[in-house]
Amino acid sequence: MKKWFGALAAITILIVLQLTVVDRLLLTGPIQEGPYIHQILILVGINIILAVSLNLINGFTGQFSIGHAGFFAVGAYASAFLVTTVGDQVHQTLSFLPSTGQDAVLLILGILAAALLSGIAGVIVGIPSLRLRGDYLAIVTLGFGEIIRVFILNINAIGGSRGFTGIPRLSNFFWVYLFVVIAVMTVQNLINSSYGRAFISIRDDEIAAEAMGVDTTRFKVMSFVISSMFAGVAGALFGHFTMYLHPNTFTFIKSFELIIMIVIGGLGSIEGSILGAVLITVILEVFRGFGPYRLVIFSITLILIMTYRPQGIMGSKSFLLKPRRVRAK
Amino acid sequence: MGSFLQQLLNGLVLGSMYALIAIGYTMVYGVLSLINFAHGDIYMFGAFMGYYLSRYMKGSGEGSIFYALLIMLGSMLLSAMLGILVERFAYRPGRSGARFAMAFWLGILGSVLGYFFSPSAAGMIGGTVAGAAGGFFIEYSFIRRIPRASRLALLILAIGVSMFLENAGQLVFGADPKFFPQIISATQMNVGALSINNQQITVFVVAIILMVLLNAIVTYTKTGKAMRATAFNLDAAKLMGINTDRIIAATFALGSALAAAAGILVSLNYPKIDPLMGIMPGLKAFVAAVLGGIGNIPGAMLGGFIIGIAEVMVVGYLQSTYRDAIAFTILILILLLKPAGIMGKGLVEKV
Repeated sequence: MKKWFGALAAITILIVLQLTVVDRLLLTGPIQEGPYIHQILILVGINIILAVSLNLINGFTGQFSIGHAGFFAVGAYASAFLVTTVGDQVHQTLSFLPSTGQDAVLLILGILAAALLSGIAGVIVGIPSLRLRGDYLAIVTLGFGEIIRVFILNINAIGGSRGFTGIPRLSNFFWVYLFVVIAVMTVQNLINSSYGRAFISIRDDEIAAEAMGVDTTRFKVMSFVISSMFAGVAGALFGHFTMYLHPNTFTFIKSFELIIMIVIGGLGSIEGSILGAVLITVILEVFRGFGPYRLVIFSITLILIMTYRPQGIMGSKSFLLKPRRVRAK
Repeated sequence: MGSFLQQLLNGLVLGSMYALIAIGYTMVYGVLSLINFAHGDIYMFGAFMGYYLSRYMKGSGEGSIFYALLIMLGSMLLSAMLGILVERFAYRPGRSGARFAMAFWLGILGSVLGYFFSPSAAGMIGGTVAGAAGGFFIEYSFIRRIPRASRLALLILAIGVSMFLENAGQLVFGADPKFFPQIISATQMNVGALSINNQQITVFVVAIILMVLLNAIVTYTKTGKAMRATAFNLDAAKLMGINTDRIIAATFALGSALAAAAGILVSLNYPKIDPLMGIMPGLKAFVAAVLGGIGNIPGAMLGGFIIGIAEVMVVGYLQSTYRDAIAFTILILILLLKPAGIMGKGLVEKV
């Protein structure tokens, strides 16, 4: 009961924020840079979903994946393709609903498709992870990400190298942050469950975990699938915000950016991932004034942080990770 | 058949480039277990050093082999120095707590910011001095001990260095592509149905010579022996009195020199060079190194040739847009069949 109340409260707060701050203040209102701030807010939200989900594989399960952009791409394209093909039919069938309602149904359909397809991609990538570890796994996930990108580049139905145009704008502040909440809650509850302890045990010592009866194979694939599904959701939200997709958005540079976020924030800390996503997205935007100097400054900062504080800002401290409770039976 | 042989020939030339870059990856991985993502950018740096050296030496005997050789050696030397710098100030602090990284990077940051706020030599020098001084101050007053970097932290460092080299390259060299001068004039030759130019032959022959040379260094010299010992077990090598830091620096220098040679050789055939040119070849060369069995130098050469030939075949017989995917597809297939790579030793899992 208490949980549902929290969820309801979160939704209400988000709707209120959308209707007041975003619609009245940022998009049409007194603040001149409103639309720009709005755009950064959305990007921050999408990056939080990506970072938190990547942290599930890298930080909690200890499997080194650097191909997250691939799942992001699969989700973005899957949802955009579905929505552009069935969009008109859905609008016709649902003509009794107000247009916001129609858009919502369409967006949810797109997100479901994105989660499904990215999940399948996650299974495909998760299977080699059973045999490989460490750097080998890293390079294979990187390779999968690039293969996905090259294939998208070659499929004409979704724009190929011209990019995918004509995607309706369905996502907004409310939807993005709703899924931020869902992603964070899911990962947090997962980590605090027996599943989460299995993930963490695989990270800490795979052999010991196996000896203790943890089905490492199953949990590794599960972590890959959950993580890639959320990446797909982030992709759907991204595509329906930017209204244009191009394979070059989803190169391994994007994956590296996400890795940097979770490591700067602190691997294995949910707040760390959120913090990392916010910091890096915002800082990269704020320093746009420096033009070509921006990424030089950024990379030097990154090197210095990694040299002098390699565990990231939060370390592996997490306020959301409860200490294990021993329950009396 | 003729066209197949032609493709094979082109594949061998391209493959020898990947092999040269892959050797650097595999050597560094061998001693440090680190994917040195900055390696591809050192290849870019090598090509640019060749470009500037040939401009600097304009009108002093273009066309002669000696001139081309001089440019190549100069660029290899400069790139080796860059490799050593990268190792000293990016990877070594996290490995053995070496000092001065803060001063070094803040000095660079200072020069960049100084130039940004007052675009002059004075601004740059002032910024550098201020940054380096600040770095020394911070390092000596606030930092007692540099923490040991985890594998992942080292990898992020490598990504950071790679980003730094690419973006600093865009600042210093300019983001627009440059055209590498023809330091060896091209003449086309026809052997039967095959068409080949002397540049391709040069590329292939020089690459092979370099690989043989490297193998000789690693097998027969004392440094090479120390390198193999370090790769086998770093701590044990240290206990045996090997100055491992110095050996690791030598590894970076050798690998970077080979990457620079590859940069120049590639630029003979594809003269368009730009600061981001190292990303894709670097990645594919790493794939080649993994394919051959990482840490294994002959394996890296073999992997390089396989990737090069496969890529040329895909461009020739399928579609050129798939060229970037083939390397990874081969990699995934091989790793699923033989996770240690073609020539890699089976990994024994210790409990």
